[in-house]
Amino acid sequence: MEKVNIVIVGGGPAGLAAAAAAYDAGERSILILERDNMLGGILNQCIHNGFGLHTFKEELTGPEYARRFEEQVEERGIACKLNTMVMDISPEKVVTAMNRTDGMFEIEAKAIVLAMGCRERSRGALNIPGYRPAGIYSAGTAQRLVNIEGYMPGREVVILGSGDIGLIMARRMTLEGAKVKVVAELMPYSGGLKRNIVQCLDDFGIPLKLSHTVVDIEGKDRVTGVTIAEVDSHNKPIPGTEEHYSCDTLLLSCGLLPENELSRQAGVQLSPVTNGPVVNESLETSIPGVFAAGNVLHVHDLVDYVSEEAASAGRNAAAYVRGELAEDRSGEIPLEFAGGPRYTVPAAIDPEKMNDTLTVRFRVGAVMKNRFVDLYLDDERVLHRRRQVMAPGEMEELVLKRTMFEKHGPVQKITIRVEEA
Amino acid sequence: MVYDAIIIGAGVTGSAVARYLMRYRAKVLVVERASDVCEGTSKANSAIVHAGFDAETGSLMAKYNVQGSEMMEALSKELDFAYDRCGSLVVCLSEEDLPKLQALYENGVKNGVRDLRIIGREELLEMEPNISDNAVAALYAPTGAIVCPFELTISLAENAAVNGAEFRFNTEVREIKENAGGGFTVKTSEGDFETRAVVNAAGVYADIFHNQIAEPKIHITPRKGEYLLLDHTAYGHVTHTIFQLPGQYGKGVLVSPTVHKNILVGPTANDIDNPEGVNTTAAGLAEVMEKSALAVKNVPTRQTITSFAGLRAHEDGHEFVIGEAEGHPGFFDCAGIESPGLSSAPAIGEVVSDMIAQRLGLSENKDFTGKRKGIVKAAELSVSERNELIRREPAYGQIICRCESVSEGEILDAIRRPLGATTLDGVKRRVRAGMGRCQAGFCSPRVMEILARELHRDLSEITKKGPDSPIIVGTAKDTIE
Repeated sequence: MEKVNIVIVGGGPAGLAAAAAAYDAGERSILILERDNMLGGILNQCIHNGFGLHTFKEELTGPEYARRFEEQVEERGIACKLNTMVMDISPEKVVTAMNRTDGMFEIEAKAIVLAMGCRERSRGALNIPGYRPAGIYSAGTAQRLVNIEGYMPGREVVILGSGDIGLIMARRMTLEGAKVKVVAELMPYSGGLKRNIVQCLDDFGIPLKLSHTVVDIEGKDRVTGVTIAEVDSHNKPIPGTEEHYSCDTLLLSCGLLPENELSRQAGVQLSPVTNGPVVNESLETSIPGVFAAGNVLHVHDLVDYVSEEAASAGRNAAAYVRGELAEDRSGEIPLEFAGGPRYTVPAAIDPEKMNDTLTVRFRVGAVMKNRFVDLYLDDERVLHRRRQVMAPGEMEELVLKRTMFEKHGPVQKITIRVEEA
Repeated sequence: MVYDAIIIGAGVTGSAVARYLMRYRAKVLVVERASDVCEGTSKANSAIVHAGFDAETGSLMAKYNVQGSEMMEALSKELDFAYDRCGSLVVCLSEEDLPKLQALYENGVKNGVRDLRIIGREELLEMEPNISDNAVAALYAPTGAIVCPFELTISLAENAAVNGAEFRFNTEVREIKENAGGGFTVKTSEGDFETRAVVNAAGVYADIFHNQIAEPKIHITPRKGEYLLLDHTAYGHVTHTIFQLPGQYGKGVLVSPTVHKNILVGPTANDIDNPEGVNTTAAGLAEVMEKSALAVKNVPTRQTITSFAGLRAHEDGHEFVIGEAEGHPGFFDCAGIESPGLSSAPAIGEVVSDMIAQRLGLSENKDFTGKRKGIVKAAELSVSERNELIRREPAYGQIICRCESVSEGEILDAIRRPLGATTLDGVKRRVRAGMGRCQAGFCSPRVMEILARELHRDLSEITKKGPDSPIIVGTAKDTIE
């Protein structure tokens, strides 16, 4: 059986950044396994700009951003296998994969970085009643058809869900000559970034209807129309509020789900909130030596943060291979939270294993205005950060410093608290 | 040219008649208004091979159900389709209803169902740990089974085609005329066809064709059934097909494993007017969720990956209308085929084809080959078998549908074999690409590319399920004025 120190599952932005960082940390035995025929993952179809503002201080398109990281991987001579599907990961870190030329093969890894990304929630999972014609696409599928294949999936469009891909596609379809009639969002707030609502809907006069959902899809062969209705506080449609839209296309942008089928098979503990692995400060999952980063861990808004997170996972994987990351997990303290966050990544911190800084990321469950985000070590408040607005569609972060822990001394309890200002 | 028989409808019944009819020397044409086989009732049902205890003793439903159920396992080996004799349980939820359970048992025995027995709560709980706390007993039918309704229908049709039956898709029958000198003219959207015999297997439209020719008139009501299909993660929640004995808690829905390791929940039963009304409804889906809880605890309906509705062709008499219409030699009905129609299909196919052969004086087809090798299911092979396959045909090493782990090799086979797939739905029903939890989000553009390449068409010509369901409506920028 072939042996590789670090196997990286997925060659999207997370996998590429993890690979480059592991290399820069001194690791030379790295293999990226990518199921598609090119590296870069979903960025390849994200041809709009706005990527890389944090990382490169430039506005890049998705393919340009991906290319920068592909170049890093190429320059370092890191091995990749394209068109290669990982079929299984064992708890002992044996990776089974398959492609046309090698058939089915096994690799024994010392460390694994999970970087499989996420998928879109489907119409079926949303239980939208109606017919099942052609013309219903997840926003990402439509994005691929338009941006990669150069084809239009429809002319008159209704979009359900205001996730970022849906917002981007509202603009994209409009620019390609389609008429986007409305974006309906079940929640009383958008799931996407504020800047996307302004730049993709407001600038084009596309109405966003909050607290609305699709209650019927018409057309046996191809979509001919949809009915949307307002929902009450329990997300149930309110009778009498139905509005009919004639259209040939319904795009869905109703949330992204980390793709953790392989993680689950391997026995990695998953969070019911994020649907991603539960990780510690080293981004290490419940299986020692198995790390996770990017959208497989929790869904991000900005790829810059994916790259940052993945680089950290890559460095930690390299440290694990070198034996510098102790297998002993007894020093981990659960990261507690109150007042707003739905989860945190990481979910636990071992102060001894912390790097100089540690970025904790989380999302809140509702729109919150004028708050403080505080970090407490035991009862001592060590961070106090003002936030004008926090929204479920925007990931929050808090940077913890090792010095805070050193100054505080032995800690029993770590808490992130969102408090009214 | 005059056909010996024209079969209207390429659902499971029409395909079964075609397949068994090819045991005789005959010129057979199957006309289907959709673009593929298995596009109507056959594609959206409970996927159950009923044991046969339910139907009224002495009815055609009882007779063909029991016969079909007995034939199905051997047929699944002959035609290579997925079949699993998982057994079924009719759960009784109150002591008061026990006499009804006993009556059902006795009905089953009279119908000739083998190995039926009533089991107590304890044994039931051992078989199904998630059974309702209210369950007091159950009728256990070890011969109850589950089947892939797509594969069953497709394999019957494909085997018919391999043995010489002709299929015409996108061909809608408008009218059947009985010719003065015997035989029939079948008028379709694609021209008229002459035939000595007609088989009316038109599902929810079978009353229209019957009534054009025969008396007494029949009347079919589309009876809608809505279902939820749950993800593989729900598999194992039940291991038998769980029915609920209609009783003081009302009439429930079934909860069953499928041959593809999902869980199926449903159906509702609502009579509607529209024979095209395969839409799901908010009320229907809510009803399925609610009723699933009657016999089984904690059905993980949150794991739903898709919902769908099918229409049963319910004849007013609630009985199959099968056989040659009186006074109209050569006109054979297969009408009113509602549940247990899928289970009965092999028996109906055999008996109706024999009737036709007798009427037309057909001779035996000595070249008939009843055996079919299905599309290889690469995911079920051992590593060495799979590697051997990939060495021979590298496309089996390329996964296209990640959720169901379907390789390009399987998709190519689905397209290239007789009556091969020409649409996205056609590929989906043959090899399950797009049938998984992401519901074709990732693989549909790739399957479209493969279809376009194989069928020598432009990507924009690839449809979901026929000419009226384009996936692409033009090229980018072409609508900008």
